[in-house]
Amino acid sequence: MLLTVTTTHRPASDLGYLLVKHPDKVHTFDVPTGTAYVMYPEVSDERCTAALMLDVDPQRLRAQRDAFELSQFVNDRPYAASSLLAGALSKVFRSALRGASKDRPELAATPLPLEIRVPVLRGTAELATRLFAPLGWEVEATEIPFEPEIGGDSRYVDLVLRGSLTLSAALNHLYVLLPVLDDAKHYWVAPDEIEKLLRSGQGWLAGHPDKVLIARRYLAHKRALTTTALQSLEGEEAEEPPAEEEAELPVVRRQSLAEQRRDAVLAALTEVGATRVLDLGCGGGALLGALMKDRRYTEVVGTDVSSRALEIAARKLRLDRLPERQRGRLKLWQSALTYRDDRLRGYDAAVLMEVIEHLDVPRLPALEASVFGHARPGAVVVTTPNAEYNVHYEGLTGMRHSDHRFEWTRAEFQDWASRTAQTYGYNVTFRTVGELDETTGSPTQLALFTLVASEVTA
Amino acid sequence: MIDIPELALVALVGISGSGKSTFARTHFRPTQVLSSDFFRGLVADDENDQSASAEAFDALHYIAGKRLAAGRLTVVDATNLQPHGRAELVRVAKEHDVLPVAIVLDVPEALAWERTQARPDRTFDRRVLNRMHRDLRHSLGSLAREGFRKVHVLRGPDEIAAASIRYEKLFNDKRELTGPFDIIGDVHGCRAELETLLERLGYALTRDAAGRPVTAAHPEGRTAVFVGDLVDRGPDSPGVLRLVMGMVADGAALCVPGNHEQKLARKLNGRKVQLTHGLPETLEQLSAEPDEFVAEAKTFIEGLVSHYVLDGGQLVVAHAGLKEAYQGRASGRVRSFALYGETTGETDEYGLPVRYPWARDYRGSAAVVYGHTPIPKPEWINNTICLDTGCVFGGALTALRWPSRELVSVPAEKEHYAPVRPLVAPGRPDEGLDITDVTGRRHLDYGYGRATIAAENAAAALEVMSRFALDPATLVWLPPTMAPCSTSELDGYLEHPATAFADMRAAGVEKVVCEEKHMGSRAVVRVSRDGEGDAIWTRTGRPFFGPELDEPLLARVRAAAAGLFDELGRDWLLIDAELLPWSAKAAGLIRERYAGVGAAGRAALPAALDVVAGTAARGLDVTALRERLELRSAEIDGYSAAYRAYVKPTDGLTGVTLAPFAVLAGDGVTYASRDHGWHLSLADRLVAADPELFTPTRRVVVDLADPASEAEATEWWLTLTAAGGEGMVVKPWSGLTVTEAKGRLVQPGVKCRGREYLRIIYGPEYTRPEQLARLRRRNLGRKRNLALREHGLGLAALDRLAAGEPLWRVHELVFAILASESEPVDPRL
Repeated sequence: MLLTVTTTHRPASDLGYLLVKHPDKVHTFDVPTGTAYVMYPEVSDERCTAALMLDVDPQRLRAQRDAFELSQFVNDRPYAASSLLAGALSKVFRSALRGASKDRPELAATPLPLEIRVPVLRGTAELATRLFAPLGWEVEATEIPFEPEIGGDSRYVDLVLRGSLTLSAALNHLYVLLPVLDDAKHYWVAPDEIEKLLRSGQGWLAGHPDKVLIARRYLAHKRALTTTALQSLEGEEAEEPPAEEEAELPVVRRQSLAEQRRDAVLAALTEVGATRVLDLGCGGGALLGALMKDRRYTEVVGTDVSSRALEIAARKLRLDRLPERQRGRLKLWQSALTYRDDRLRGYDAAVLMEVIEHLDVPRLPALEASVFGHARPGAVVVTTPNAEYNVHYEGLTGMRHSDHRFEWTRAEFQDWASRTAQTYGYNVTFRTVGELDETTGSPTQLALFTLVASEVTA
Repeated sequence: MIDIPELALVALVGISGSGKSTFARTHFRPTQVLSSDFFRGLVADDENDQSASAEAFDALHYIAGKRLAAGRLTVVDATNLQPHGRAELVRVAKEHDVLPVAIVLDVPEALAWERTQARPDRTFDRRVLNRMHRDLRHSLGSLAREGFRKVHVLRGPDEIAAASIRYEKLFNDKRELTGPFDIIGDVHGCRAELETLLERLGYALTRDAAGRPVTAAHPEGRTAVFVGDLVDRGPDSPGVLRLVMGMVADGAALCVPGNHEQKLARKLNGRKVQLTHGLPETLEQLSAEPDEFVAEAKTFIEGLVSHYVLDGGQLVVAHAGLKEAYQGRASGRVRSFALYGETTGETDEYGLPVRYPWARDYRGSAAVVYGHTPIPKPEWINNTICLDTGCVFGGALTALRWPSRELVSVPAEKEHYAPVRPLVAPGRPDEGLDITDVTGRRHLDYGYGRATIAAENAAAALEVMSRFALDPATLVWLPPTMAPCSTSELDGYLEHPATAFADMRAAGVEKVVCEEKHMGSRAVVRVSRDGEGDAIWTRTGRPFFGPELDEPLLARVRAAAAGLFDELGRDWLLIDAELLPWSAKAAGLIRERYAGVGAAGRAALPAALDVVAGTAARGLDVTALRERLELRSAEIDGYSAAYRAYVKPTDGLTGVTLAPFAVLAGDGVTYASRDHGWHLSLADRLVAADPELFTPTRRVVVDLADPASEAEATEWWLTLTAAGGEGMVVKPWSGLTVTEAKGRLVQPGVKCRGREYLRIIYGPEYTRPEQLARLRRRNLGRKRNLALREHGLGLAALDRLAAGEPLWRVHELVFAILASESEPVDPRL
C-alpha cells in the first residue's frame, strides 16, 4: 500500500527537510505490520514527490490477531490503504505530523501547493469527497473497476487530493481519514484512541460537517467512545449519535410505528386478560421490556430461534441484576416456530410481533401447527406489515426489510388468519396499527385470535 | 415363596433390627436396594441423623422414580412403618405405572432389641422400639387398603430365613412370542368380512354343525392378534366373538379388549350403561344366543389383557395405541389409555371427544399397532399404525402382517352402519417434529458410527434449519464436507494426486475413480415423475435461487430424468450434483471477497512499481524491493486468473448447468452401495438427454496396484488443473459404503485441488517455498473425522428414508449434519 506526497513549492526539494527524510536515500523502517519505505521517485526544484510504501507481512498481521478479516486468509490488507498505512505514517513522519521542523520552521507553518495520491483506498468516491472537500482539498476520486469478466466498479478508489495546505495539516487529515474511509482498524480500539483523534483533529475536526461519522468510524463504532469524543469536540453535552445505517425507512416514522405497534399488542393482551404470555420471536426483547414493567404479567416467556438475539435480550433486560422475584417472572428460551415445543403449552396468550413475514410461506403451516395446534394459548396476537401501505415509503423498492420473505396485503393477511382460525378453532378479529390511510390502510396490521371455548368432557 | 412382579416397587416393612437390610442383601442386587440409612448418610454424612430424614427420603424417591421410569425393579429398605411414608412410595409407583408390593418382616420385639443392642451405632431407647412394634401391628391391616397390590408377611426369623423370591411376568408381557403375526383391525361384528380376511391370510376355518366358524388355524403356525372392538354396530357380533374366542382358546390368536367389549361386559354385569354406538344391536343379537354362550363371552372379555408386548419387545398391540412410558406397565391409567386413548378434554363438532394425537409425539422403538379411530387408509406415523379402516362403516377390514409389515385388506360387503362423522380426509399425516428431536447435547448412534452433537452447534443449526432451510420433509439428505488428500511434499505442491492415491491405498482401496471436481455450488436435486415435492437445495439446505428459477430448472431435470424413473422403477430420485458456474450462485461472494482483492492488488502493485522505477531512475538501488513487488504482481495476476475461471455470464437459467455425479436414492431404496460406474453412467444418461442443461463429469479410473495407471491419472490432473480446473475427487470405485478392515467407513472421496486454484484459498503468494513449508504443517485430522461423521450420518439418513422410518428419525440425522458444520475447522481445508 502506498501514498505519495508531491509539492510544486520552490525549491520543491525542501519537502525532504519537512519530512526529515533525505531525498537521495531509500529509508527503511521496521513497523509492527511489516516494512515501511520512504523514497523519492521525483526530485527537482520545480517538483518533488515523496512516497510512503508499506510492505505488509500477512504473517505478522495474522500473528497480531487483528480485528478484521480473521476468518479470511485472502484479504486486501497488503494492497489497500488503511489504518496500517496510517500507523506507518505516524511512525515515519512523526515530526512532520506535529508541524515541527528544525531546518525549515517557517515553511512547516506555511501552506504549500500539495498533491497527494493514494492509489488504492477502500471506500466510495462520494464519501472521499464528503470527507476531504470540506478541509480545502480539491478531490479527484476514481473508482477502480473490476476486470471486464466481472464488470462494474470495485469498492476501492484511486484518490488524488490537490490543495494548498500545510504539510502537517495534510498528514493529519490522512492519518485520521484513511482508517475512516477504510472503516476498519487493525488493532483493538481503546479509550486512548480518543486522544489520538482529538490531537490529530485539532483545528479541523470540530468544524467538519461529518465529524459524527468520522468519530464513530475512527473509534470503531464504539458508542461510548464516540460520545465522549464528540463531547470533547464541542465542549458541551453532545447528543447520542444516531446509528449510522438505521434502515431504509425514515427514522422518525419508523420509531413511532414500533411504539404504536407495541402499544397495540399490549392493548390486545389487556383485552384478553392475559397474565402469562409468550413473546414468540422476541428478538432483542423490545416487547419483553414493556411486559416486565407491567406487574399484571406474572409470567413472561421470550423465545427466539437465534441464541444471539436471546443474549442481547438478556443483556438489555439486565437479567443478571434483576431481583430474584422479578427474574422469576421472565424466561428466555431458544425455540423454533417450525418445531413443536412442549414448554410453550398452557399460556394465556402468545404474541407473534413482526415474525411471520420472516418465514418462507411454505413453512407457515408448521408454524400454525406448533403455535395454534400444539402450544394452543388462549389468545394469539399477530402483527405483520401491510404491503399496500408501502407506497407511502418514498424510495422503498421491494420489501421493508431484506429478510422479509413476504409482505401481505390486508386481504391476503385476513385470508390466512381466517383459515388458520378455522382450522384450529379460534375466533379472529383484525385491527389497524399506525397512521390510517383511506385507500391503503395502516402500515401494520394486527390479528387477534381467541380460542373458541369448547365443551370440556368429563 | 414370595411372588413379585418383574417390575415392581418393593417396600420392606419392619422395625429396627428385624433384618431388612440382611434380607435385601440376600435376595436383591445392591443397586436394586435403596436404603434410607444410606441416603441419610448421603445428604447428612450420618446414617442415623433422623433430622435429615425428610431430605434423605426426597432423594430416595427421586432415584426410585428414575429407576422405575427405566423399568428397573426397586426395593426400598426403610422401616416403612408410617402410613404417610408408605403413601409416598405408592405415589412413586403409580407415577410410573408399576405395582407397589410390601414385604413385611415381623420378628418378636425381644429379638429385635437384642440385635439393636449388638449394634454400636444404634443408641435409641427400648421405648422407641416398642413404639415401632405398635406401629407395625397397626400397619399390617392397612397395607392392602393403602394401595399395595401384594402384601407378603413373613413371621419370625425362620420364615424370613426360609423365604425365596419368585418373579412373575406381567400378563401383558408376551415378548417370548415371535409370531409371525397377523394383526387384525376393528371388526365390529363384520363376521363375513372377517372370514374372508382370515382365508385371504391363509387361515383354515373350522365350522360347527350349523356352518358357523368356531375357530381357525394357520398351517404355518401364524398367530392372529385382534386389536379389539370385535362387537357392536355390525350384523353378527356373536359370530365374531364365537370365532375369536375359539381361536384364542386354541392358541391361534391373541386378543386385546376394545372400549366396546369393555362396555358390553359392564352391561352384561348388570351395570347401567348408555345404549348407544351399536350396543343395542349387539344385545339383540346376543338375545338369540343361549345363556351359556353369553356367560362365556362375558368371561372371555373380562379375561382380556389391556395390551400385549410381543416379539422381543419390538411390537406392541393395544386397542387405542399406547405411549412408550405405558408399554409393559400395569395400572388403571395404562388400561384406560389402551382402551380409549388420550383425549384433550375438548369435543369436536360432532360431539365426539377430541383425541390427543399421541402418535405424533411417539418416539419409541417398539412398533405400536392399534385401531379405535376409523381412518381411510393405514399409514405409519412415527412407528405406529392404526388398522381401523372402518369396515362396519363400509370401509375395509385390514390386517398387518408382522414382521413383514405387509398390509392386507378386504372391502366391506356393505355399509353396515352409518358413520357419525366422515372418515378423516386422506393427506400427509402430521408427523410433526418436536424441538427436543434436535436440540440440546445429543448422542447419536447411527449405525455407521456414533456422534455427539454439541448443544451450541445444535442451537446454531436450529436457526439455519428453521429460518432458511427447506421443509424437513423435503430435506432428506445433506452433502457431507470433504477432506483434502494428505499434504504433498512435492516441490511447489500442497496437494498432489500421489498423496490422494496413497491415502486410498492405505485404506485398503484397490481401485478408484478420479472425478473432475467442478467449481460451482453443491446442489442436491430431488425430482419425481409427477413433480410433487421436487426441490433443489444447497449444502446448507436452502432453496437455490428462489421459486422463479428453481421451478423451471427442476422441470428440465425432471424431463431429462424421465428415462431413469422407468429404468429404475422409481417415482422419485435424489441426485447429487454441482451447479455451474460458481458465479451463478456466488456472484456476490466473488465480487466482495475475491475479485475485490484482485482489483486492489492489480491497482496497487503497478503504482508501487512506478514509484520504485522513478526512484531507480534517480540512481538509487531498489532492486530487492522491485523484485519483491514484481513477484507479488505476478502472484496477484495468477490469483485473479484463478477465480476468473469460474465466472461465466448467466442470465436467469441461461448459462446455468448441472453436473450430476451420483444418484443417491429413490422411493424405498438407497443407491449408496452402487459403484461409481453405475452412478456416472446414470449421470451420463442425463447429459445425453439434455446436453445443454447438464455438464458431464470427466473421469479416470485408476488401478492402485499399477504405477502406469497412476501416472496417467496424474498427467490427466496436471492438464486439467493447468487449464483452470479446480482439481479432482478421488473416490473408492465400489461406491459410498466402502469400509476398511476394521469395519469403519472409508472416506467417500478425497479432494486433490490444483496448484493455481489453491491461490484463492491460501492467498496469492502461497506457492513461495517458505509459505508452503508453513502450510504443510496443516492438520487434517479434524476435517477427516468431520467428513466421515457427516458422510455416515447422511448414509444413515438415506437408509432410514428407504426403510420408511418416521420423519423425525431421518431429520435428526440431517440436522446433525448441519450442526456438524458448526464445528470449528480450518475453512481452507
